Amino acid sequence: MASLVKKLLTAFAVAVPVMMSIAPAAHADGERFVFVSHAPDTDSWWNVIKNALKNAAKETGTTVEYRNPPTGDIADMARIIEQSAATNPDGIITTIADFDVLKASIEQAIAKGIPVMTVNSGTADQSKQLGALMHIGQPEYDAGKGAGARAKAAGVTNFVCVNHYITNAASVERCQGYADALGVPLGDHMIDSSQDPTQVYNKVKAYLTAHADTNGILTLGPNSAEPTIKLLRDTGETSKYNFITFDLSADISQGIKDGIVESAIDQQPYLQGYLPVVLLTQYKRYGVMPANNINTGPGFVTKDNIGLVEKLAGEYR
Amino acid sequence: MANSETSVPAARSSDERLRRQSILRSMLSRPELGAVAGAILVFIFFAVTARGTGMFAADGVMNWVTVAGQLTIIATGAALLMIGGEFDLSVGSMIGFAGMMIAIPTVYFGVPIALSVLFAFCGALLIGFLNGVIVVRTRLPSFIVTLASLYILRGMTIALSILFANRTIVSGVKNFADDSFVSWLFAGKAFRGFFIWLAEAGVIGTLPNGQPAVQGIPAVVLWAFAIAAVGHIVLTRTRFGNWIFASGGDANAARNVGVPVARVKITLFMVTAFCATVYATCQVMEFGSAAADRGVLKEFEAIIAAVIGGCLLTGGYGSVIGAFFGALIFGVVQMGILFTGAPNDWFQVFLGLMLLTAVLFNSVIRRRATGER
Repeated sequence: MASLVKKLLTAFAVAVPVMMSIAPAAHADGERFVFVSHAPDTDSWWNVIKNALKNAAKETGTTVEYRNPPTGDIADMARIIEQSAATNPDGIITTIADFDVLKASIEQAIAKGIPVMTVNSGTADQSKQLGALMHIGQPEYDAGKGAGARAKAAGVTNFVCVNHYITNAASVERCQGYADALGVPLGDHMIDSSQDPTQVYNKVKAYLTAHADTNGILTLGPNSAEPTIKLLRDTGETSKYNFITFDLSADISQGIKDGIVESAIDQQPYLQGYLPVVLLTQYKRYGVMPANNINTGPGFVTKDNIGLVEKLAGEYR
Repeated sequence: MANSETSVPAARSSDERLRRQSILRSMLSRPELGAVAGAILVFIFFAVTARGTGMFAADGVMNWVTVAGQLTIIATGAALLMIGGEFDLSVGSMIGFAGMMIAIPTVYFGVPIALSVLFAFCGALLIGFLNGVIVVRTRLPSFIVTLASLYILRGMTIALSILFANRTIVSGVKNFADDSFVSWLFAGKAFRGFFIWLAEAGVIGTLPNGQPAVQGIPAVVLWAFAIAAVGHIVLTRTRFGNWIFASGGDANAARNVGVPVARVKITLFMVTAFCATVYATCQVMEFGSAAADRGVLKEFEAIIAAVIGGCLLTGGYGSVIGAFFGALIFGVVQMGILFTGAPNDWFQVFLGLMLLTAVLFNSVIRRRATGER
């Protein structure tokens, strides 16, 4: 028994330094920040943000720990925020995936005197209510409005907003912003397309047939954009509409290259990882902090810059 | 903890039918011994690797205690059922479903929160009952039956929440529950005064606003202790506890000596459902919302905790105290890795390795101690 215990202790004597050497956080000289996301391990979209964190940490000489609930359970995320606060980091960057669930944990961290920034999900109002320093994200209404302004400049007068996620308040705001920029009441210009590609295809087809004077299309993501692109290819009306969509996918990229899609709205997630680290570092070192929230989007991907975007897709874009 | 239990047989050793055994010997042969040893090992490990990170400061401790406490609640149910010879894979889905059974009636139908909670417990017990009846009647492996429940309950959680609420996250429960005793019972903080005193005495830190760093013991932790204590007493001190061991050890032999095996198993399925609902209620009351994805994979965490705690997958052997320490190990490892600052990409690798180490250590110690081959 004694020899066994000795063996195990020896094993741990080896394992502990190994574990510690890859855990520089507690011993680093620079500031230490924790970034807490709500995304499950399987969500590849966040890879861009992870890369942004790596770059920002390198350039500012800080360490940034990325944390997420492995299954995407927001209740687990609240525990991770509490855990992060317990380590007394120099700052916490978190998404507001669910205001109610995370409220107490974030407020507790702020009460402890830890600077907190919110990014991505959530609104500027929620961020302010929590007492965070600032919110860095893409306001949905303004993103829609930006798209609308672009469409108006291109001469759009009548539009359809293809909403595949109508239960989400944010997606309605996108359509509303677009309509307001055009100066057209939203009314029945927004259609509830559902998520099923065949249904999206047929609903858009029916709408465009019934409203022949339509000249602008806004889709809210790949789910509504891809069937619509297919429809326009099938009918050959590839240049009849000013077509703007949210987000990017392989099909949307091809649509932009072929001139079917005028532009794609990119919320530029890289900035949502990079900026908070840089700003928190300056805040810790010199006490400076911009007074306003930062909108990382809408950035527009068009025929002109699609080459660069495609090259960096999944890494930095 | 094992000490106080084991002194009892020693005290009765005047009975000639009982073999005399030293206290040390009987302590070493208990199923939870390995888990206790594993827990000590884990604490030593983190005392070294996570020193100075705040893991052992008051709020750090409360963080992993809460995680371990939550897990203890479902691990107790899982351990009892496993000792009784069955599995329940629907625990995680039940957490999501029970949460919705509380949130939807409260928020959308104006049902008083206490009634919603009661409804959720009744609903969960009914589902547990059905799980049990199907397993007992069909004699199918509970693994398959409850795997079906895992999908059905998860699917129903999504479908019904869309049907009634048109969304998969139902929030705003707090508006209906904040003053209720139910909120106090499941999400209150105990011993506030004691923690204020501790902070004033300088034992724990204070926040800049003067509040203590930890405001009290969360109700979920007290529930964990209560459920583990009741589970332990029932298992080791009652006739029903003996029936559980008998049903799990050899169901036919148990039936032949008059143990109502079917009733025992059905009851145990209801117990796991009950535990899952306690977990869900604490979560809904604390966070004020229910979501369709709550509790994903928690069934495995519960089973893992029970196994770390010395329960045999084949049934008939194990202990609730063991499961308690198993949950403690899992909770401490899970949060402790984050404290060490290990890179997130490797989190699950570390988690798996540490659990494997804890279990190996556990089983080696137990074999040495009990002289098993």
